[in-house]
Amino acid sequence: MWKFSIRRIMIMIPQVILLSIIVFMLAKMMPGDALTGLIDPNVDPNTIAEKREELGLNDPWYEQYTRWVAGVFTGDLGQSFHFKMPVSELVWQRIVNSFWLSLLTLVLTYLIAIPLGITSGRYNDSWADRLITGYTYIGFAAPLFIFALVMLWIFGFHLGWFPTGGSVKPGLTPGTFEYVMSKLYHMLLPALSMALITTVSTVQYLRSEIIDTKQKDFILTARAKGASESRVYNRHILRNSLLPIAAFFGYEITGLIGGSIFIENIFGYPGMGQLFLNSILLRDYSVVTSLVLLFGILTILGTLLSDIILSLVDPRIRIK
Amino acid sequence: MSEPILKIDNLRTSFRIKDDYYPAVDGVSLTVNKNELLAIVGESGCGKSALAFSIMNLHSRAKIEGNIDFKGQNIANLPTSKLNKLRGKDMGMIFQDPLTALNPLMIIGEQIGEILLIHGTNSAEKRKERVLELLNKVGIPRPEHVFNQFPHELSGGMRQRVVIAMAIANNPELLIADEPTTSLDVTIQSQILDLIKELKEESGAGVILITHDLGVVAEMADRVAVMYAGQIVEIADVYTLFENPLHPYTRSLLNSVPTANEEQSTLHVIQGVVPALQNLPREGCRFGARIPWIADSAHEKNPQLHEVSPGHFVRCTCYKDFHFPDRDKEGNRHVVS
Repeated sequence: MWKFSIRRIMIMIPQVILLSIIVFMLAKMMPGDALTGLIDPNVDPNTIAEKREELGLNDPWYEQYTRWVAGVFTGDLGQSFHFKMPVSELVWQRIVNSFWLSLLTLVLTYLIAIPLGITSGRYNDSWADRLITGYTYIGFAAPLFIFALVMLWIFGFHLGWFPTGGSVKPGLTPGTFEYVMSKLYHMLLPALSMALITTVSTVQYLRSEIIDTKQKDFILTARAKGASESRVYNRHILRNSLLPIAAFFGYEITGLIGGSIFIENIFGYPGMGQLFLNSILLRDYSVVTSLVLLFGILTILGTLLSDIILSLVDPRIRIK
Repeated sequence: MSEPILKIDNLRTSFRIKDDYYPAVDGVSLTVNKNELLAIVGESGCGKSALAFSIMNLHSRAKIEGNIDFKGQNIANLPTSKLNKLRGKDMGMIFQDPLTALNPLMIIGEQIGEILLIHGTNSAEKRKERVLELLNKVGIPRPEHVFNQFPHELSGGMRQRVVIAMAIANNPELLIADEPTTSLDVTIQSQILDLIKELKEESGAGVILITHDLGVVAEMADRVAVMYAGQIVEIADVYTLFENPLHPYTRSLLNSVPTANEEQSTLHVIQGVVPALQNLPREGCRFGARIPWIADSAHEKNPQLHEVSPGHFVRCTCYKDFHFPDRDKEGNRHVVS
């Protein structure tokens, strides 16, 4: 088990190095740099050139790369040109926001998916199943950004049940009960909008897994043992059907920090997704590179996590 | 000898295809006695397994009609909650494919223990003790070790032993073995069959053995029922059946077995296949279509089982006129039509 995990982590190292080079090169290849967009066009071009030289933007790419990598290792991701603050600090603020939003989304996703998937799979071809699969088809067909806008319009503007933007009511002291409740209140609508759409794939997954497991021979064995219907479902069908879902969980955790570009922008929620889009638009490339690198590392970690989870829950892939 | 524990009377098991029900088991009556091994033979698709599954009502969607008398009560269409008290306790089932018959996520000890738990052995210690005893009984070496192993860590033969241990855990009075050796290799096959026979002798249970292997039948069975297209076409004790097979289907089956001591240029092949359920003729001799050289007049309109000697029943009258098709010098069959 440990040997396996360590080996997997070792394989990750060249992956991460390669990723960082690609990310850096791509950022360099983007037209323009931080100075193009920010500086008053009337400033003397010579001053700009001097500034470029001073910031090291004219150095060869590998020098800039090593400087950047050295920075990353010491936790210095550079300075955001737009926000005028260290990238690490900026990212940290946003990660916390995205994390809570995504956690709530994830919890809601599973709260919806598991009962629906089980009902749909257990009583397949019943009216309840048809209703649930009908919902999943709508979920698959509806684009998230349209659905989120509709939710915002109905529950935010029209009914006024939920705030339409931000992550917390201004003027509250962090740490107080009101502050926490206000955060939760602000997260609820975006999280629900996203969960209602993203959950459909898990519902479908669980449904087909259950239908598949129901027909396996060992279910017949269980029935021949005299096991009651509830025992057959809980002890035999469900456990076997949840395996792939458990494995998928590793990737989901990655999403916790990545945030969602659509949801955060639509609901004006200051998270990673919003930061990412804004920094691209503002050519704040020290932020962009840091974020892409972070997302890349998270994806690699997510795969590792999935492998480890799967080896923990499925004895057939247990590594000795 | 003849104390019946299972009496099946006119059993019909129908499956739904599109909007109609088609019987896969069509009016089967038979008895299984204590300490008796009844073999049911026939080609694939004859309804052997459908019959076996009907007894324990393991079909998920099938219509079962007729009587299945087990220990004095009719268990056909018994509600699942009542049936569950019998399944795994008074009747055990050994499945065809040990590779898929075990839950991949449960250790062996837990899987066998479950059947004890369901039927009332609540103490975990007692369960473990009994499971180890069972593993020992079915010839699994190092039971303590196997107890904590997962199915994928065992070989096919070992897994079949586990399945058998499970089936006999509560000393059932009826054991149904549905082609228990089909997916095992030959050396393991005979070990498993010996084990089943041994367990039967020891417990005095009635055993139904479903198979298409006539060698197995000759070695194991006390009585044999030959099934074709959902019906029993011949039933007799094993000596009579092999000495004096009467029904054309039985004779064809026996004739299709290759022998080592006889010089045979071609192996006998029964023409055609068992018709699919929805195409099965429901009138006349069902085997008639596969022996076209026998005149139609030889068959009964509505074939019944005839008792030709005590305990030896044959369906249809066509057995009287049956002969194998003539062969020419090259060994090609010459079909008289």
